[in-house]
Amino acid sequence: MNIFLLLAPFSLLLGLTGLVAFWWTLRARQYEDPQGDAARILDDHLREGPDDEAEQP
Amino acid sequence: MTALAARDLSAFVARDAEARGRLELLVTGARCGACLAKIEKAAREAPGVEAARFNLTTGKLAVTLAPRAGDAAVVVEALDAAGYPATPFDPAQAIESEDREGRGLALALGVAGFGAGNVMMFTVPVWAGLFGQELDGTTREVMYWFAAAIATPCALFAGMPFFRSAWSSLRRRKANMDVPISIGVILTLIVSFSETFQKGEHAYFDAAVTLLFLLLIGRYLDHKLRVRARSAARDLLALQVPSATRLDSDGVERTVPIRDVEVGDRLVVVPGDRIPVDAVVEDGSSDLDNALISGETAAALASPGTRTHAGALNLSGRLILRAAARSEDSAVAAIARLMEAGAQSRSAYVRLADKAAALYVPIVHTLALLTFAGVWAVGLGPREALLRAAAVLIITCPCALGLAVPAVQIVASGRLFRRGVLVKSGAALERLAEITHVVFDKTGVLTEGRPRLIAAPASVIAMAAPLARASRHPLARSLADAAGRGEVATDIVEVAGMGVEGMIDGRKARLGRAGFVGVDSTAASETELWFGFEGDTKMRFAFEDALRADTRSAVAALHDLGLSVEVVSGDVAGPVAAAATQAGIHRWTAGVTPFDKVAIVERLQASGRKVLMVGDGLNDAAALAKAHASMAPGSAVDASQNAADLVFSGGLSAVPEAIRVARRARKRVVENFGFSALYNLVAAPAAIFGLVNPFVAALAMSGSSLVVILNAMRMNLGERR
Repeated sequence: MNIFLLLAPFSLLLGLTGLVAFWWTLRARQYEDPQGDAARILDDHLREGPDDEAEQP
Repeated sequence: MTALAARDLSAFVARDAEARGRLELLVTGARCGACLAKIEKAAREAPGVEAARFNLTTGKLAVTLAPRAGDAAVVVEALDAAGYPATPFDPAQAIESEDREGRGLALALGVAGFGAGNVMMFTVPVWAGLFGQELDGTTREVMYWFAAAIATPCALFAGMPFFRSAWSSLRRRKANMDVPISIGVILTLIVSFSETFQKGEHAYFDAAVTLLFLLLIGRYLDHKLRVRARSAARDLLALQVPSATRLDSDGVERTVPIRDVEVGDRLVVVPGDRIPVDAVVEDGSSDLDNALISGETAAALASPGTRTHAGALNLSGRLILRAAARSEDSAVAAIARLMEAGAQSRSAYVRLADKAAALYVPIVHTLALLTFAGVWAVGLGPREALLRAAAVLIITCPCALGLAVPAVQIVASGRLFRRGVLVKSGAALERLAEITHVVFDKTGVLTEGRPRLIAAPASVIAMAAPLARASRHPLARSLADAAGRGEVATDIVEVAGMGVEGMIDGRKARLGRAGFVGVDSTAASETELWFGFEGDTKMRFAFEDALRADTRSAVAALHDLGLSVEVVSGDVAGPVAAAATQAGIHRWTAGVTPFDKVAIVERLQASGRKVLMVGDGLNDAAALAKAHASMAPGSAVDASQNAADLVFSGGLSAVPEAIRVARRARKRVVENFGFSALYNLVAAPAAIFGLVNPFVAALAMSGSSLVVILNAMRMNLGERR
């Protein structure tokens, strides 16, 4: 029973980590362009290029 | 598109406090990662552009313009030059398109999923205890308190979409499906807490969250379907002319939103554009295509003094018009009002799910109440009575019922989407399944809506082709298409409304109307072109608006489905009769006004038929809105596409296919309802007689939902076979 009391909160913590990660992906709008993201990951020129340039004064 | 240089699109740029501009463009033609790279590169290299990000899924390009710099027109030109035509979005619409509700539902779904998964960690041991395994009361109580700690916050959060909807429904003194769901979830939590306090074994914390998880899947699918249809409709609107080119007194051409056009404004309409408002021609001459307004195929000549109607397509010459009416007072507006009236009558349609809910809600609540009263009366005490009433509510909670419709409709509309048919709503599919009679428009629906050359010797075509390639007129275009690629004549002079003149191999030649080429033709027709070298014999090319390749087979397929078919067109009798006969349709009516079309549809519906209207023109829009269900081809005017339930691209065979899928979807939905009813018929008595424990409830609920989803998936099996 003691091991249960240790493992149950631990597994809950893991589950919560997953939930928070899911919440973050939603906030970061990672589901708005699945096709475009699939293309971007394969092409170095496309990766965050526009945003990097935007930071320059 | 040569007149673009002077366009002013600044109305489409939203500037923030630092004068940094934001522009949203709808870009067409992008298909893969390479296109994505080219589009972003083209936009970023335009002067004054800080950043550009293209969404390949939605086809939208978000451009950030540097403070007080950048020009939307230049960006659009750069994209056009790269081979990707772009259309600016109204900034107000761009903000509206953010899908907050969808993100909220996804998060609720995530929380419910987390809760449903983790609460099992504590309830599965309890289930084991229910079947005589070693589990003492104290351990069970600890497990239930853990379960409560997880399930309660998750259920309250994930249940919010249902609670809100149920509350607003109750305030309107109605009960939708969300009312029993909300009552079920809240009552389940209350009963479970009271059981746990009293150290009982019937706590349903897991059921409450699992229920919400399953229901949210259905809710999320339904939402996705609506969003996809809505944004597609908005994209279509943006692609049609929401703007006009105004010629201001300083001689500058400005692109202005169509609603800003005032009476007396001078407007420029280049060939290929539509006339934005009712107007009088002030300068220039051209041919106008009125097919979308009246259904006529023949082009009409426009010269100074001619009254033109909003929606007419300018074919050959640049026109300067003086606006005679504002956009909302134009000829189009009368049709729009008719459409509104039609749409209202249609919104009275009661969807299948709501019919089921109207039946289900009172029955289940009465049953729960009777159970409570009955069990108490039998002498089992109030605690057992409440427990059994709650079990009835939980086990009959409309999980399967909530999934029955959206699961089928998302599969059906996804299947139609792959066929190039866009379904605007689930209700549209339900109405389409009930159709008994189909009314077709002719021009642009049965036919291709553009002229095609009637057989001519290849050598003659080749002779005229160099001139035809230099012209924008649809007849010349069609001649050029027939000839294929090749040389283009030099020293081109296009005389609007007459024809085109140029040099071919050093000889002067003309292509155009009979009189222009030098033929005294008494039977001059709008669907012919004459060609001749100076001082040589003249040759005639005849054109016709040919049927779509699959019109005949599509009509035959509709007959096979047991539907009656007729043609109602605004065109003159001759071409309508010819097209109808060729298509294999016996009933046709010609020379019909937009108002007559509505009357015809109304008369058919009054005689008990459920009419599917298929049309593309402005003259069809009101009838599309009035009919029981309606379809429009992707080439239709925006008003028609908005009025139609389904928009299809490709051939006419999409119509019988859509009806077949809609009928099959309806069958699946009815099967799902039947299964849910059967399930409740077994489950409810079990709950009343106290045979249900938390394990049985969990099994029954997810099992019934799974069956419903699998049945929906069968829609796709037929496609692969």
